[in-house]
This record gives sequence, structure tokens and C-alpha cells, in this order.
Amino acid sequence: MTRHVPVVLASAGLAFALAACGGASSTGEAAPATLDAKADLSKQSLTISIWDGYSPKDLPQTVKAKLGFNTTVAIHDTNETVMAKLTAGGDSGIDVAFVSGQYAQALNAQGLLEPIHADLVPNLTNLYPEAAQLPYDKGNTFSVPYTWGTTGLCYRSDLVKTPPTSWNDLLSPPAELKKKITMMTTERWLALPALKMLGASVNTTDQATLDKAKAMLLKVKPDLLAYDDTTFGDRLKSGEAAMVEAWDGWCPTDQENIKFVVPKEGSDLWVDTMVILKSSKNKEAAHAFVNHVLDPSVHGWVPPNILYKVPNKTAMESVDPALLKDHPELAQTPADLLKGEGLIDLGEASVAYTRLATEVAAAQ
Amino acid sequence: MARREPALRGNGWLRLPFWLTYLFLYAPIAVLVVMSFNRNKTPYSWGGFSLDWYGRLAENSSLRTGLVNTLIVALGSTALSTVLGTLLAVGLARHTRSRVLDALSTLPAILPDLVLAIGLLVFYSAIKMTLGLHSVLVAHTVFGMAFVTAVVRARLGHADTSLEEASQDLGATPYTTFIKVTLPTLAPGIVAGALLAFTLSLDEFVIAFFTHAPSQPTLPIVIYSMVRFGVTPEINALATLLLAVSFTVVIVAQRLTKLTEAL
Amino acid sequence: MTPSPAGRRAAARVATLGPGFAFLTVFLLVPLALVLSYTVFRRGRFGGIVYEPTGENFARLADPLYLDVVLGSVRLAAVTTLLALLLGYPTAYMIARLPGRWKAIALVAVVLPFWTNFLIRTYAWIVLLNSQGPVNSGLEALGLGPVELLYTDGAIVAGLLYAYLPLMILPLYSAIERLDPQLREASANLGARPARTFWSVTLPLSLPGVLTGCVFVFVPSLGNFVIPELLGGGRRIMVGNLIRDQFLKARDWPFGSVLALAVIAVLVLLLFAQAWAGRRAGRNG
Repeated sequence: MTRHVPVVLASAGLAFALAACGGASSTGEAAPATLDAKADLSKQSLTISIWDGYSPKDLPQTVKAKLGFNTTVAIHDTNETVMAKLTAGGDSGIDVAFVSGQYAQALNAQGLLEPIHADLVPNLTNLYPEAAQLPYDKGNTFSVPYTWGTTGLCYRSDLVKTPPTSWNDLLSPPAELKKKITMMTTERWLALPALKMLGASVNTTDQATLDKAKAMLLKVKPDLLAYDDTTFGDRLKSGEAAMVEAWDGWCPTDQENIKFVVPKEGSDLWVDTMVILKSSKNKEAAHAFVNHVLDPSVHGWVPPNILYKVPNKTAMESVDPALLKDHPELAQTPADLLKGEGLIDLGEASVAYTRLATEVAAAQ
Repeated sequence: MARREPALRGNGWLRLPFWLTYLFLYAPIAVLVVMSFNRNKTPYSWGGFSLDWYGRLAENSSLRTGLVNTLIVALGSTALSTVLGTLLAVGLARHTRSRVLDALSTLPAILPDLVLAIGLLVFYSAIKMTLGLHSVLVAHTVFGMAFVTAVVRARLGHADTSLEEASQDLGATPYTTFIKVTLPTLAPGIVAGALLAFTLSLDEFVIAFFTHAPSQPTLPIVIYSMVRFGVTPEINALATLLLAVSFTVVIVAQRLTKLTEAL
Repeated sequence: MTPSPAGRRAAARVATLGPGFAFLTVFLLVPLALVLSYTVFRRGRFGGIVYEPTGENFARLADPLYLDVVLGSVRLAAVTTLLALLLGYPTAYMIARLPGRWKAIALVAVVLPFWTNFLIRTYAWIVLLNSQGPVNSGLEALGLGPVELLYTDGAIVAGLLYAYLPLMILPLYSAIERLDPQLREASANLGARPARTFWSVTLPLSLPGVLTGCVFVFVPSLGNFVIPELLGGGRRIMVGNLIRDQFLKARDWPFGSVLALAVIAVLVLLLFAQAWAGRRAGRNG
């Protein structure tokens, strides 16, 4: 047995050495690259990572036609998985990633993002002025907002006795809704209804508040059908659930009996953004791509096709008024949205939220 | 070939769990096959027979690319795992008494997949290896090998070495003995192990997600991103097609090869 | 010149063990050591690793919260393993005794459902177990239902059993198939009844396969995090969820590594026990 110890020790030693140089190389590269505005884009190619169905299917074709380079679309299922891939060190092969605002903030804090060179993205002027006031990245210095929205209650008007108006309708459900409701599992949104009921910030790091929120979440657990942040729309359609905590864009309001409401205690403002990785070797093409997405003809694809709001003033103004009538949540103005509290990355304190989610899930 | 004792006679009490196993294994398969022909999108009501979903499948090129990538990875890693794993199993049974090596050979099978995935991703970036199908293939070999080793080992468990000794006594080289005597005795274990390695690679998601190049996703990665928000009948159609093709391949392979005799 | 027997043995040792362990050293031990080296460092404020040594990560392991999760998931994984053995052993036994052609078909039929896709199969279970699904319709027709099947521990066990049953059947098949039918015939000729033959001949000789199968089912059951979410409705978490959450959600790789290390340590002990029992069974056989 002792004969094999050297092998194990050697590999451990090698691993430490690798870890050490990996750690050293990822810090201290402060100066942003100088980008060549006249670079020949046809010599570059781009890999973007995005959620499935979140961009026009012909996006690579329109990019090729207009900008002359090839685009590969990789798909990620959640912020968390793509984050792990991007933060492992080295080149992930991804040039542009679509992640939510607070994740962009964390990537930037780790020194992984290329600053946005505004001169290469003239279409930034299409954005609402409010879209440069987002708390995770004021002034859009390392991220460009792609979609935005809020979180609320999505429900079947034919299955609830009185339409919900408050987070309390979810946290203390009436008898007929027991085992007919779902809440989200991702920790920040799991805590949101309870934090808002307590009048607290969705970004609170106060342990006493989090403890109170935990007690509320534990109390409602036996009445929940499930924790779910992916298939709640289908559950509503099939009637398995009658009321769910949902993101506005995911509430299937195209169905006759399904409605969306933002509870009176308020909610969050979430933003999905585009970021350019510092490890990218195609930064000029990446900027050209981001600029292309901000073109109203491309960005305007989003609202009618996937029912998300975009922070693009020109694109939103061209949305068919009939669509806004059918989907009132699409008509929320930037001012409405900014009433919601912007989610930011909490750094050290995010561990407290993971713990809260674990405690709620582990309670039997 | 000596006639085996008839299986379904004298083992009456074993029939119930035997059939129960297959009922259990195929009940969800029946559900998804039926749903793939359902005109309705929801699985809870029947809207009439339809082949629409199969038509849509044909238009989906990312599924096709994914399938080809997956087959390359699964076949490659199975081949590599089978060779390395079989050698390892023989070596562990015959040429060492080290329990450390023994445990090490099974370690990949007991490692949480996420740990192996992140470890490999960090390792690949540290040695500046470009990701691609090869990086997934290597990763799948790590755990595929462990399964082959363990299954072949289970067959070698309390090995009867008399045949091998006889072969050596008759002057055969260790190499000849290995090819002509050891391998044939191990064949059922090797086939079972290879089958496991292939099956696990075909459907592996976590490790593949972390070690693949974004431009070359495997089929589970394509499917996961599509069904994260609920299965569509289109995906059921794909599963049904995969099953049909696998069935055909297996039946044809079985007719064409001596697989039956190896078992 | 003919090599000496000792030289031959050494050559055979290198030829069989060399390639496999070289591969494992590079692609398993080094990556694993990389991840496990995080256990002694600090989590960066926004994720990542800060290379400052600390013992804090290990101290957090003492938290009773994690022990609860571990005990709960060990229970579910153990039930799953037991059920897999009860279903898998007779099945593997029958397959091993089938005539050649049918044997191949039965064996492939065990793995064929797994050539589809894990998520698709799991969603099929949701359809089966749903309050409006076929199982409940059947129970209702019999006047027994509807019963809440989905989002229970039972549903998690069913899902885990489904996912890992072949990992029980194949090693068992491999171990049982090699048993010489003559052994059992001899036992029968000596007047032993089938049950006795089974307990005193077949079972002890197939024990290595039983142990391998049990490890193969128990371990991934413990580590699975998708089934508790989909079939358990996220109402219960298992060890796999804990580790996943640290790596992906909290971005706390150091503590995730500590949890992983703890699980690996327990499992390695299990493996040693298995190897020991396997060798014992081997000597007795």
C-alpha cells in the first residue's frame, strides 16, 4: 500500500501547483484591451451562450448577413450552470454570455468581464434612460440589459375564489388553495415573498429578518404542491396548480383564465443582460453582436414572441397595441418596473440565502 | 453446446419479480411513446393520432448534431473504457493485492458527478487544453472504466485460475493465454460492462455540460436545454425514434454477430 | 532468452495495471486533488477561491442541518438499494438461466430504456404518478384512490429505483452467469432443496456481484439532485442537492469541496468494506 502513496502525493502536489498558477493569473489584469473599431470582423467568429428559445432562431444568419462573421449559439439551462463554467478559470470558449444582472455583477467582481466599449455599441442610445440606472451595474459599464421584468403571482382566475393581491395570499393560502400552489426554489426568489411581507429589502443581509422569513416559509411548506421555477406555467394550464409564484414573462397569460398580478407589497426588478468575457478573442465581433441585438428589428422580436419586456425604447414603441391589451404585464412602463427593487449580488451574504433555502428544503 | 436447464421451469417464484422488473422498466416508456403520437400538447388528454411531432423533429438540426456528437463520445469512450477496464480488472485480480488500487479503480463510480465535472474543467483549463468532443470522451472514460472494471471484477471474484495455469504449463505465452483463455471466460462480464459504460455515456449530462465545447454539445445537453421547462411531444417523438433505432440495431447486431454465443 | 517467471509477472502487472492507473492518475486523481485542495481555502466574496488557508470550511461540517439531510438521504438511498436488490436479483438470475438468444434480448432490454434520456423518462414518471395520471385512474377504478403519489418520498424512491436498476442487474448477471450449473446440480443431487441450494451455494458465490450492485445503486442515489426536485417537488433535498447548491448556487466551492470530501470519505470506507467482503467470499468459494 505504501508504494502508491508517492503517486497520490505527487498528483496532489501537481494539483496545488496548478491551482496556485490558475489563481495568480486570474487577477491583476486591470487595463482594458484597446479594441480596433476598424477590425475585419469576417476574420472573427463568435460563440454566445443563452437560454433556449430566448433569441430569434435566425440570429446567426442575420448576424452573418449584416456583420459577416459566424455565430455559434450554445444553450445553458440556468444562470448557475453557466456561471460555474465561466468561473472555472481558463477560456470557456464563450465570447458573449446572457446572464441575469446580479450574476453579471459577480462575474465583473471576479475580473472576468470586458468593459463595454460604448463607442462600439452606438445602439445603446435605443435603450430607455432608466436602463442605465440598474443597481447591479449603474451606467451599463460591463453589461448591457437584454430583457427586464418582475416577479409576482400567476393564477387561474377560474380556480381561485378571490383574485390574489398580496404575497400573504401565497404565504397563508385559503383552504381551497392548499396543495394547489407552488413557490420558486432559487433562493433569492424563494425568500422574496416573505421578505416583502416583512417590509424588508429583497437584498437584505440582516440575519434576524432572514430568520423571520424562514419561519414564514416553513409555515407554508406543508400547503405547497411543490417548489418549482421551471414548469409552473404547465402546472397552471393543466389545473394541477391554481396559483404560483412566477416571473412575468413566464406566466402564460395567453391562456384565457390565466392572470398575472404584482402583489401590493411590491416585488423585485430582475434584468437579463449580455456580457462580454475578458477571455474572448473576438471582442470586436462581440461588441458588434451586442450592437446588432440592440437594433429594434432584432430586439423587437422579444415581446411578441416570448412575451418579455425589453429595455429598448424604440423596440417597445413598435409593439402592436393589441398585444399589450391581451398581455397587460407587457405594458408596464420602465417607471413601473423601477418601483421594483433591483436584485444585486450579495457577496459574502449570499451564503446566508443558500443556507436559508437549505433549511426550508430540509425541513420535513 | 450443452443444453442449459430450462429457465422458466422450476423457478416459478422467480417469474413474478422478473416480469415486474420489465413492467416497471417499460411503463414510462409506453407513456412517452403514446404521447409522441398525441395531437394535443398536454399529456393528460388524447387529441387524436398525429405524426406532426415527428415532422417537426426532422426540422431540428441541433438535435441531429447532438445525436452524432453523442454517438462519437459514447462509442469512443466505451471502447477505451472496455479495454482499460478489462485490463485493470484482470490486473487487480491476478497481479496485485493492493486494496488502495482496488478502491481507486472504483472511485470514479462513487464520486458525485459534479465534483468530477468541476475537477476536470479546472484541470483542463489549468493545462490549457481546448475543449471539444475529445475532452468529453476522456471524461466519460474515467467513469465508464470504473464500471467495466467492477463488473468484470465481479465475474473474476473468486477466480478459477486452473485453465490459465494449464495453458501456461503447455507452453503458451502470457499474451496467448490472456487472449485465448482469460478473455473468453470473461466475455459476459466484458459485454455487460461495455453495455453499462455505453448506456451511461449516452445519457450523461453533468460531466458533459462542464467539459464540452459550446459549439459541440452532446444530445443530453441539447435535450436538457429544451425540456428544462417541460417536455414537449417533439422530445417524446425523439425518444421514441431513438428507441426504435436502438431496437433495430440490437436485433440486427444480434443476428449478425456471435454475441449470443459470447453470453 | 526466456524471461524469468518473476520478470514475466512484473511485465504482466505493468501491462494490465499500467495503462488504466496512468489514465486514472492524470484524469481522476489530479482533477480530484485540485477540487479537494479548495477545502483549505476561503471563498471569494463573489465566488471563486481566495488562496488564504482556513480551517473554517471543515468546522461548518459539524452543523446539524447537514447531518439531517445526510441521514434522510441515506435512508431513501438504502430503501432504493434494497428494492433494487429484491427486484434485480431474481431478474438477473432468470436472465442468466435463459437460453442463449433470449438471454441477449433480455439483457439488452434492461438497458434499452436508458438509451432515451434521463429527463424525458423522469417526466414520464410525473405523467404516470400525477393525480390525473394512469396509476391514479386505475386506483380510482378499483375504489382505492386517488392517492397522493407525486411529490412524496415514495415518488423519489420510485424515480431513483428506475434510474439505477440496471446498475444492479448487470453486475449481478455477470456474477451469477459464471456460476457453474453443475454446482447446483451437485447440491441438488446431494439432496438439498432448491431453497437450501440457493442460500448455501448460489447466493454466497454471487456475493461479489451483490455488493458491486448495491454500491452502484446506493452511491448515485445519494448524489442525484434532479429526481428529488422533479418527483419530490423540491420538498426534500438529498446529499447531491447540498453539494450542487454549494458549487452552483452559493458559489462556495471550498465548502462544496468539503461536503464532497466527506461523502467520498464515507463511500471509500464502504468500498474497502466491499473489497474486504468480496475477498472473503472469494476465499470461502
